Amino acid sequence: MSQTSVLTGVTPPQTAAQVEARGARPKPFFTPRKIIIYSILVMFSLYYLFPLYVMFTTSLKSMPEIRFGNIFALPQAPNFDAWVRAWTSACTGLTCQGLAPGFWNSVKITIPSTIVSIFIAAVNGYALINWRFKGSEIFFAVLIFGSFIPYQVFLYPMVMITRELGIFGTLQAVIIVHTVFGMPILTLLFRNYFASLPQELFKAARVDGAGFWRIFFEIMLPMSLPIFVVALILQITGIWNDFLFGVVFAGTQNYPMTVQLNNIVNSAQGTPEYNVNMAATVLTGLVPLAVYFISGKWFVRGVAAGAVKG
Amino acid sequence: MADTALPLEAGTTVNRPGLLNRIFLHNLPAKIAALPMMATVLVVFVGCTVWTIYYSFTNSKLLPTGKFIGFEQYERLFSTSRWNVSVSNLIAYGLMSLVFTLVIGFVLAVLIDQKIRFESAFRTIMLYPFALSFIVTGLVWQWIMNPTLGLQGTLRNLGWTGFTFDWIANPRMVLFALLIAGLWHGTGFCMVLMLAGLRSVDDEIWKAARIDGIPTWRTYVSIVIPMMRGVLVTAVVIIGSGIVRLYDLVVALTNGGPGISSEVPAKYVYNYMFSGGNIGQGLAAATMMLLTVLIIMIPWAYLEFGGKGRRT
Amino acid sequence: MQNSVSIRDLSLNFGSVKVLEHLDLEIAQGEFIVLLGPSGCGKSTLLNCIAGLLDISDGQIFIGGRNVTWLEPKARGIGMVFQSYALYPQMTVERNLSFGLRVAGMKKDEIERRVQRAAEILQIGPLLQRKPANLSGGQRQRVAIGRALVRDVDVFLFDEPLSNLDAKLRSDLRVEIKRLHQRLKNTMIYVTHDQIEALTLADRIAVMKNGVIQQLADPHTIYNRPVNLYVAGFIGSPQMNMFQGTLSGSTFTTDDGIAIPVGTYAFDTPATGAIKAVLGVRPEHIVLGDEAANMPFQIDAEIEIVEPMGSDTLAWTKIGGQAVTFRCDSDVVIETGQKVRLGFDTARGSIFNAETTNRL
Repeated sequence: MSQTSVLTGVTPPQTAAQVEARGARPKPFFTPRKIIIYSILVMFSLYYLFPLYVMFTTSLKSMPEIRFGNIFALPQAPNFDAWVRAWTSACTGLTCQGLAPGFWNSVKITIPSTIVSIFIAAVNGYALINWRFKGSEIFFAVLIFGSFIPYQVFLYPMVMITRELGIFGTLQAVIIVHTVFGMPILTLLFRNYFASLPQELFKAARVDGAGFWRIFFEIMLPMSLPIFVVALILQITGIWNDFLFGVVFAGTQNYPMTVQLNNIVNSAQGTPEYNVNMAATVLTGLVPLAVYFISGKWFVRGVAAGAVKG
Repeated sequence: MADTALPLEAGTTVNRPGLLNRIFLHNLPAKIAALPMMATVLVVFVGCTVWTIYYSFTNSKLLPTGKFIGFEQYERLFSTSRWNVSVSNLIAYGLMSLVFTLVIGFVLAVLIDQKIRFESAFRTIMLYPFALSFIVTGLVWQWIMNPTLGLQGTLRNLGWTGFTFDWIANPRMVLFALLIAGLWHGTGFCMVLMLAGLRSVDDEIWKAARIDGIPTWRTYVSIVIPMMRGVLVTAVVIIGSGIVRLYDLVVALTNGGPGISSEVPAKYVYNYMFSGGNIGQGLAAATMMLLTVLIIMIPWAYLEFGGKGRRT
Repeated sequence: MQNSVSIRDLSLNFGSVKVLEHLDLEIAQGEFIVLLGPSGCGKSTLLNCIAGLLDISDGQIFIGGRNVTWLEPKARGIGMVFQSYALYPQMTVERNLSFGLRVAGMKKDEIERRVQRAAEILQIGPLLQRKPANLSGGQRQRVAIGRALVRDVDVFLFDEPLSNLDAKLRSDLRVEIKRLHQRLKNTMIYVTHDQIEALTLADRIAVMKNGVIQQLADPHTIYNRPVNLYVAGFIGSPQMNMFQGTLSGSTFTTDDGIAIPVGTYAFDTPATGAIKAVLGVRPEHIVLGDEAANMPFQIDAEIEIVEPMGSDTLAWTKIGGQAVTFRCDSDVVIETGQKVRLGFDTARGSIFNAETTNRL
């Protein structure tokens, strides 16, 4: 083609096409740019997905299969024996009751901690926006600043305080600790949300003679569903995934699931049973994963809301 | 922020309440409601911090009752190799983690932002690790990196006998093992932040750049990234404060090993306070962590809040 | 003479949604065309297609005689000004103006010359070292125009450039844009939903609705001889008074039974027989008192509401059951409840077929 055009001096085909150009720009389905984009994305996706795959497949294999097989292989005879073991009889180094007690402890910690921390933070946010008093902004500033201080700074004095209150090593202690350390981010969340609501609404209610709590419960809360969902996601996953507060404050009897899991895998004696370990790991991850997949876009909103400052 | 101001001031000035009245009674329900917050701020964030700093100067062993000994705990701290290893680990890990998290997060966000297909599937895949705990993260990667039965063993069995991936057992490489697990957990989150930042850039800026004939990469570098300053700062602060707290991941993945080669300050504090029986030493280490955060935070807070008048 | 911009049979679909359909538009060299319509009518979309920011589905676009259908925006010889200004916030005004040229690898002194010229034309010389955040809305929009100016192109595209400004600034900048056009004599395509901008700036206005150009004509024609009910209703504030009724011969009878003689009306397409029609009369074409006595159509009416606008006065009344607005000099004293004699000549009105909504 190009040869003839050179020889005959005919206008090159591109120019002819240019004159005749019509409709959408011609776009080849595969451009180098697209191939690069998708291959990088797929590569990273494999990195992110591989552990999930390994976790599940290993938990469904038998020990001999693990010992002689390979980590990529699908289980030959998938079975949930390891899951049952992990749930009921895996040893933590002290006892051999499996993860079940840890699961229930986590439930007992997560539910009240989530409710209490969100309620208090909602009230804080509301008071900070609509009922500002002298010094309220200073308290808020210290609260936010405090959220960046490593927990290790507070650990020992908090142990002493809970011990003084007679609740060290109980569920109450963990609940209080979660409420305290969840407060900065949640308060920020609610404060920003309430600030985005029209102030006229609050003023109108004031003119109608409604007081602090009445406005909170009858005007503000019904309008706050979205931010409650965000806070709920943030707290459920955050508290469920906590390790440090559980191991320090809950006491041996009340260890949450993460602590039990770590004990099963890292402090167990004898030959490690990798299938049971992975089953236990999957079980511990199931709750936050369920929250993540059910909440979908809300989870993204939650983590983004937690990050973007007012 | 101050312009969301308060409707109540007018009423109060008319009443001219006394000083006591103003402090305690005015707006009483709000103050009562805010008691938990005030208690948290005063008792925990201020009280506990002061307490920790104070007792870090004592020789408290099993109980915090010791007498004042000046900087002795700190001298001991910095002559303890375990602490020094912890600090240098944190610095090395922190720098790598910060840089890689930002770079990967940004690159992924840019790729996702190219009007690709399956965008939400890619996003879901990248963010799910962030929903999992560090314990789960650490244990999964511990298994994958298991030298005999994990990735290394498998690939060697498959015939690639020279393949080496024994990082969790290798003191020189163990930080990279931590890094792989840490990036797996956190880069998706950074990507979400960056994507939000990218999407907040006005569409017309992109159009203007196209009309001006500015190549895409150049638009990102010269126009978009400077516009994302706020998001970048937020990301650095969040990632940074996460790095300083690094604890669970180490406990689950390596438990500080092999030897003390992957120890970190947070773990040092915990061990001295709760199993080492040397509270003063733990508190001194905690105070050093606090100091580190302050050194990072204060310039940031100054830039972010101090220079406000200039930006508005 | 060759047309500056010519759009031939342009269609644009987003999936199955047809945004623009078989659109043709020829724009002469140096012409100021305004694309006018409500939001969602496709006017901005059309502008983005011309700019090359949107890929069209079918048809062709020629700029300066060149087929640019497949060309990148930068190669089309256009400059564009956006509603949000779209200035690069981290760069000084000077860099905002020069950035595109620098990237294109232009010589330093040429860039300098062009920036100086733009700054002189737009009187933004003193602002060159500032950043956009430190400029007022009007100044920002001037810089945005400057960025189009330095590209030294034949065609300027404006996408609602004044919509983010307050009323006072808007009218100031409107005049400046007009002055700019008179000085540069470039082709300008200007998108707006503001009919005042359209009427004041345009050589020709294209009134758009649902991706179709309803009427393309000079402002005077658009205002006085709208081709259909849509254009008649969209242009003019307050709206044209519309009487529903029947047209038979040289008489229009409203649904309330009021007969209005239309003998003086210049029909585009004379109607035969009795047909359902709509008679439109602009508020300022209704006169009252003595003036009304000379009009072919006269009627008594009671004033319901009076709105003094300063320069003139709007009054609301009823003719038959139909609410009617008319405009009169602000010196005329009228008050609510007053009985007045109104009159108008349908020669200055518009008659539309009620079914096709087209002008008769």
